Amino acid sequence: MLRYTVRRLLGALPTLLVIVTLAFLLLHAAPGGPFDSEKRMMPEIQRSIEARYHLDEPLWRQYLRYLGDLAHGDLGPSFQYRSTSVNEIIAQGLPVDATIGLTAITLALSIGGTVGINAALRRGTRWDYGSMAVAMAGISVPVFVVAPLLILVFAIKLHWLPAGDWVHGSPSHLLLPAVALALPYTAYIARLMRAGTIDVLNSPFIRTARAKGLPLRLIVWRHALPPTLTPLVSFLGPAIAGLLTGSIVVETVFGLPGIGRYFITAALNRDYTLVIGITVLYGALIILFNLLADLCYAWIDPRVRLR
Amino acid sequence: MSAGPAGPDALDAPPLRIRRLSVSYATDHGRIEAVRDIDIDVAAGEFLGIVGESGSGKTQLLLSVLGLSAPRAELGGSIRYRQQELLRLDSAALNQVRGNRISMVFQDPMTALNPYLRVGIQITEVLRVHRGASARAAEQRAIDMLQSVHIPDAQRRMRQYPHELSGGMRQRVMIAMALIAEPEILLADEPSTALDVTVQAQILSLFQELRARTGTAIVLVTHDLGVIAEVADRVAVMYAGRIMEQAPVHELFARPRHPYTEALQQSIPRIDAARPARLPSIAGTPPDPASLPPGCAFAPRCIYRMPVCDAVAPPLLEDSPGHWKACHHDGALGKLRGQAA
Repeated sequence: MLRYTVRRLLGALPTLLVIVTLAFLLLHAAPGGPFDSEKRMMPEIQRSIEARYHLDEPLWRQYLRYLGDLAHGDLGPSFQYRSTSVNEIIAQGLPVDATIGLTAITLALSIGGTVGINAALRRGTRWDYGSMAVAMAGISVPVFVVAPLLILVFAIKLHWLPAGDWVHGSPSHLLLPAVALALPYTAYIARLMRAGTIDVLNSPFIRTARAKGLPLRLIVWRHALPPTLTPLVSFLGPAIAGLLTGSIVVETVFGLPGIGRYFITAALNRDYTLVIGITVLYGALIILFNLLADLCYAWIDPRVRLR
Repeated sequence: MSAGPAGPDALDAPPLRIRRLSVSYATDHGRIEAVRDIDIDVAAGEFLGIVGESGSGKTQLLLSVLGLSAPRAELGGSIRYRQQELLRLDSAALNQVRGNRISMVFQDPMTALNPYLRVGIQITEVLRVHRGASARAAEQRAIDMLQSVHIPDAQRRMRQYPHELSGGMRQRVMIAMALIAEPEILLADEPSTALDVTVQAQILSLFQELRARTGTAIVLVTHDLGVIAEVADRVAVMYAGRIMEQAPVHELFARPRHPYTEALQQSIPRIDAARPARLPSIAGTPPDPASLPPGCAFAPRCIYRMPVCDAVAPPLLEDSPGHWKACHHDGALGKLRGQAA
């Protein structure tokens, strides 16, 4: 298991290199630069700024310089937010996104899982059809509709929760964005768990468990649950990586200081280092959570051997 | 407390009594009658064989006893285990019987064990649920049980997963699991069919050995007359959902009274005779369960067929003590043998 993990992590390095290279080339291929603006700068000033950020060097040298810094864990200075490094921006934004993302995934798993399993056990009843209709709606309605609705109801009408902003360690500021973010995931997990559970309940080993006279609770939790987790884990791996790096829509609607918002503005401003930095972070998280998902498979299913 | 009078559930009464049992399914192609009007008893400690082709309803019959028929199945008639009518038990009461008083072994040990759980927990949970046994007591008992089904190194096997065991080993685990609560009746659905021939023989002799030691009655369902001949005391022959003939095993093989039984026996290839150019078989095919003939289901393939056979289904009647048949034909059989000669 340990050897497998180490090998997978080492194998991730070339993948990350490809991500960095593509992001680097694409950004530099895009027209315009970080210090182009509508009002013309004095050529000397422009040149001196570009020299400061090494933009006057040939591209291959910039690339090698960036890789060298990256190897030391330095994502470079932001071009847009002067005097702030990309590391600092991520260090400030990531905890916000991670808190909301983890809360959202916890909500989605507990509620979606429970609803899905119950729908499967009550297959064909009003409960089943009702919860699956709600789940379908949850998948279909986009976050930019759900989030303002939540604000309207719980902040403006009921005054239960703040409409936005971020206060570290404040659960009331966390709740609405987490719910808005969790909703489509909850719905998807509910559908996934329902389908998986129905599938497993038809398998011969569940018939054996029933023939043994086991109570339903034991059949569901001990015998049926582990097999239904495999498709869930495949979904969760990449999903968690996405949730941790923040949702641009949720951050914008609730006015949260996450990194998702920076990503868009950075791309528009040609803030090369910030875009590549966030891309690398996202890539690394995807690789990490896919690895965790694979480790989970082996943990859930004894027939899976990691070599 | 006074002992009650010996009623219909006296000690010597058969523990399991099935009467007029029917299992049917509504499908898009009409009603499928998988089991029709079955009367059969399972006596204490007996080894009952049920033989029939695939689709004859023998598995459906077994599953219905433990309430394991598909959810949309409609069941009629009566299945009485001691004082309880199994068809009308709620699920909690039925769970008291399942795996505890009546247990079941399935055909394919590759899929019947949960691949995600260790063998040990799958065996011990039966005792934990039915006996409220402590984890340690259940574990010790499970190890003993694995040894009694001849699994060497039982302690280590307990911690293994099903995929780490061979097919025969897995079926032994299934049997240990089915017998650990010391049930009165063990239902076995083609328990040796999915195994190698040599392993098959081992499993069958294990059944006999365990029956002799524990006194558990065994109902073994198979399509293999040879298996029945080897292990069963009594045989019921099923065709198209009905019992065609029922008799002690030596009686059935020596003097079959139903044309279907006779035809089945004739189609067993013999090792001591010259090999015929073509293996004998029964002409025709089993009837479509969605549109069964009004009379005897075997009539279209029967060489003793009479006009009455197509009109009236013959009831299962006791021909001589212990020998039952459902056939209008009263004369001697042997026509087939005559033809073959």
